Amino acid sequence: MFPKIFKIASVASLTSLAAVGSAFAVDLEFYFPVAVGGAAATTIEKLTADYVAANPGVNIEAIYAGSYSDAGVKALTAARGGKPPQLSVLLSTQMFTLIDEDVIVPFDDFVSADEQESWINGFYPSFMENSQTGGKTYGIPFQRSTPVLYWNKKAFAEAGLDPDVAPANWDEMVEFGKKLTKKDDSGNVTQWGVRIPSAGFPYWLFQGLSTPAGAILANSDGNKTNFNDPKVVEALEYLVDLSAKHGVMQPGSIEWGPTPKAFFEGETAMMWTTTGNLVNVRTNAPFDFGVAMLPAKERRGAPTGGGNFYLFKDSTDEQKDAAVDFVQWITSPEQAAVWSIATGYVAPRPDAWETDALKAYAADFPPALVARDQLEFAVAELSTYENGKVTQTFNDALASAIAGEKTAQEALDQAQATADRILKPYR
Amino acid sequence: MRNSARHQWIYAWLLLSPAMIFLITFTHYPAVQTVISSFFSTARGRRESVFIGWDNYTTLMADEVFWKVLVNNFWYAVWTIPLSIILSLAMALWVNDKLRGRGFLRMAYFTPTVLPLIAVANIWLFFYTPGFGLIDQIRGLFAYPEQNWMGSPDTALYSMIAVAIWKEAGFFMIFYLAALQTIPPSLREAASIEGAGKFYYFRRIAFPLLMPTTLFVSVNAVINSFRLVDHIFVMTEGGPNNASSLLLFYIYEVAFDYWDTAYAATLTVVMLAILTTVAIGQFFFLDKKVHYK
Amino acid sequence: MTPQSTFRRKSFDFDRFLNTFGAWCLALLWLLPLLYAVWTAFHPSEYETRFSLFSPLTLQNFIQAWNEAPFARYFLNTVILVTGIVAAQFFLCTLAAYAFARFTFPGRSFLFTLVLLQLLVMPDILIVQNYQTMRSFGLIDTIAAIGLPYIASGFGIFLLRQTFMTVPKELDEAARVEGCSFLGVLWRVYIPLAKPTYLAYGLVSVSHHWNNFVWPLIVTNSVETRPLTVGLSIFAVTDSGIQWSVINAATLMTSGPLLIAFLLFQRQFVQSFIRAGIK
Repeated sequence: MFPKIFKIASVASLTSLAAVGSAFAVDLEFYFPVAVGGAAATTIEKLTADYVAANPGVNIEAIYAGSYSDAGVKALTAARGGKPPQLSVLLSTQMFTLIDEDVIVPFDDFVSADEQESWINGFYPSFMENSQTGGKTYGIPFQRSTPVLYWNKKAFAEAGLDPDVAPANWDEMVEFGKKLTKKDDSGNVTQWGVRIPSAGFPYWLFQGLSTPAGAILANSDGNKTNFNDPKVVEALEYLVDLSAKHGVMQPGSIEWGPTPKAFFEGETAMMWTTTGNLVNVRTNAPFDFGVAMLPAKERRGAPTGGGNFYLFKDSTDEQKDAAVDFVQWITSPEQAAVWSIATGYVAPRPDAWETDALKAYAADFPPALVARDQLEFAVAELSTYENGKVTQTFNDALASAIAGEKTAQEALDQAQATADRILKPYR
Repeated sequence: MRNSARHQWIYAWLLLSPAMIFLITFTHYPAVQTVISSFFSTARGRRESVFIGWDNYTTLMADEVFWKVLVNNFWYAVWTIPLSIILSLAMALWVNDKLRGRGFLRMAYFTPTVLPLIAVANIWLFFYTPGFGLIDQIRGLFAYPEQNWMGSPDTALYSMIAVAIWKEAGFFMIFYLAALQTIPPSLREAASIEGAGKFYYFRRIAFPLLMPTTLFVSVNAVINSFRLVDHIFVMTEGGPNNASSLLLFYIYEVAFDYWDTAYAATLTVVMLAILTTVAIGQFFFLDKKVHYK
Repeated sequence: MTPQSTFRRKSFDFDRFLNTFGAWCLALLWLLPLLYAVWTAFHPSEYETRFSLFSPLTLQNFIQAWNEAPFARYFLNTVILVTGIVAAQFFLCTLAAYAFARFTFPGRSFLFTLVLLQLLVMPDILIVQNYQTMRSFGLIDTIAAIGLPYIASGFGIFLLRQTFMTVPKELDEAARVEGCSFLGVLWRVYIPLAKPTYLAYGLVSVSHHWNNFVWPLIVTNSVETRPLTVGLSIFAVTDSGIQWSVINAATLMTSGPLLIAFLLFQRQFVQSFIRAGIK
């Protein structure tokens, strides 16, 4: 009789525990953008499912929101519409906008002092530059990248260059470019030396020039820009001269979309693009290729890029705790390794690179290490309050200089004046 | 059964109300609200919206990008409207003319209408891409110099114009086709008996009869010159340096990229003003033509 | 470029030849994007820029496109959306057109002007404000939100009013004499006579809303509500470059139904416009 009662009691208590458990199940949704092709979306969904399986009190729905700008628009419109997600992966540069719109909260309040030390301080500092302000951490790096230089080894060999050596500085890039630029009989170029996409949002790759030149484009408080610094002007003049003076790059604004294709087709021997393209290039390039850090001028330098996790304000404390827990899990070394291998994004923590998975991957495919090694020289991506407007002003200035409508100095002076006007209320 | 006048208008209002409710909610009320919003500042999460009078308009006047966009839209209209109408008329005449393979012709001309613009934008992106794009491959055969159609401020807008014309002409063709088929063939016969040549017939007889259609089609063309911006999202994003940006695209950018809703409202007011003027003008025209039948 | 004379003098008419040639050139030019889409959709991505005639065909692009984005769901959303819009438009615009055509009441011309204004002041322009309205109704991210601004269509009301006005008054009176109510007359007399107009208008509306992009882009956030156009645009955007073969496969899948419908019903399509007397 006693065993029977025991059985009933245990079943009863288990059932009630289960009921209690599910009554306290936390529901989370998060928007994520996928800016690289390949299995990125499926990987996120799988990672999310793994977490949910291991944590029965939490339901997480990962919602694919499109490109970075789509996801940004979606998250903000949802927040303004009163139905925000609890977390989202959004551009690291949107931090100030999200703060200004008062839709996110810093992670600091939801982590213990130990976690602060081991988790938050365990990320690469250059990634944290776009994630912290005012002494608080608003973003946790997740899918971060830097631009790198890809080069076509076959084309290099044909041009008489050492196929294993990439240009190390600006002068070399021009010099190599000249050897690599091929023309046909009627004088039309069939192969350009280098391709730096500049249509749509030129500022990101441009930071791959302004940073080596020694300039920082905006301050860490997000309220002051430095667009017409002489070094920035110098960088822009270099970019314009690549087409105008040296003839090693296609004139006019160059589209992002066709860039990898142009590289594969041999239309350009070198291309600058995100390390996130690594998997794509590896799969599709019909030739041996190399990946290198961006050429140096005064120093090595590059912007960081990509998305952070943000914690949205309009949610319950349980949801926030669960969300933080999820973010900690998904940025931990094992998961970061899985994500990095699947996409080409840079795992944002040094300890992730120490995992067996990433070590093996890097041994097998050394170009994956280039972006990570470049982190030492990487700086924050351009980000300020009124980010959309300020960035667009800068983009327009770059485009007008590239198109030859204005000189670099004129364009940048104007951009600086406009940016000053926009940011004045924030000082 | 006699209807009292009162009976009539109660009934009429009842019939009208569903449509009117939606119309007012989604057309007239937003229009008015937009005008009102343009006099306030944008609310940010931490700051409320305040009345600022004409400030948004002063910003507008000083905004270089706005003027550029307005000029762009003007040229966009100037090129797309006449060209698409003329082409659509030509298409209709050809199809109507029982030229060989007219079924094929009709299908070919109308195809762009059933393809979403956002989808074909990627195809056109390929066409325009320098180097391996289709246009460049073709001009390579003729040894012309390489052109960066979308990447150069001089040609970016015209690249977009070409896509818009391609998209709309086939749609307008259908209206002309319908109208042409209602012109009695006896008119044509009578004209040729009297020794009238083809051009004369067209100019003096067919074209005037097509006037109502032309007006109708031009109303649509005007609307489209403001509305057809989908391809810009994919192809040039308004660049380089706003060379191919149009008013509606700029409004989207300001409202959903910069989140400056008050300024977006101000821009919308300008668009409303332009369109209302055009609407009133065309309404009077159309009304006269329609009533004279 | 003008209707041919019925008297053909020569066996080879140069003028006609030129016209045919011109028409065909234009037609081929017009078809080029679709031809390119078909080419890339059925060939692997290496052949996106190379047009060699006997390159291998593949269905892989379609499979990939289908797997990478929930096009079936997008398709369903679009069908629901378009059907809903057209049905609602028919209903609302018929009632309104009937009122304008056959009733006299104070404020008629004023209200009709308001309607006509909608012809040019379209919901597409008022995106910012309509978005706020939807937000206050809590309708963001619903299919209804995509369609609601369009269902009271100035164009529809105008067309139907024109058509109703051409219905002979005798028919109207005859039906009333037989004891029909106002709505009965509408149902028995006006609507059947306006069938061509409904068909023409319906076709225009379907085409327009199937292809609509900017407003659905703003108002929808999730897979359950996105129509095909938005789904396609999201699908096509990546940092790793444009893969034309897959995108075009997706394009063909999504525009396929409309295209096939048009091919099959071309004649009826044009006929309906003629009979609708849209001039």
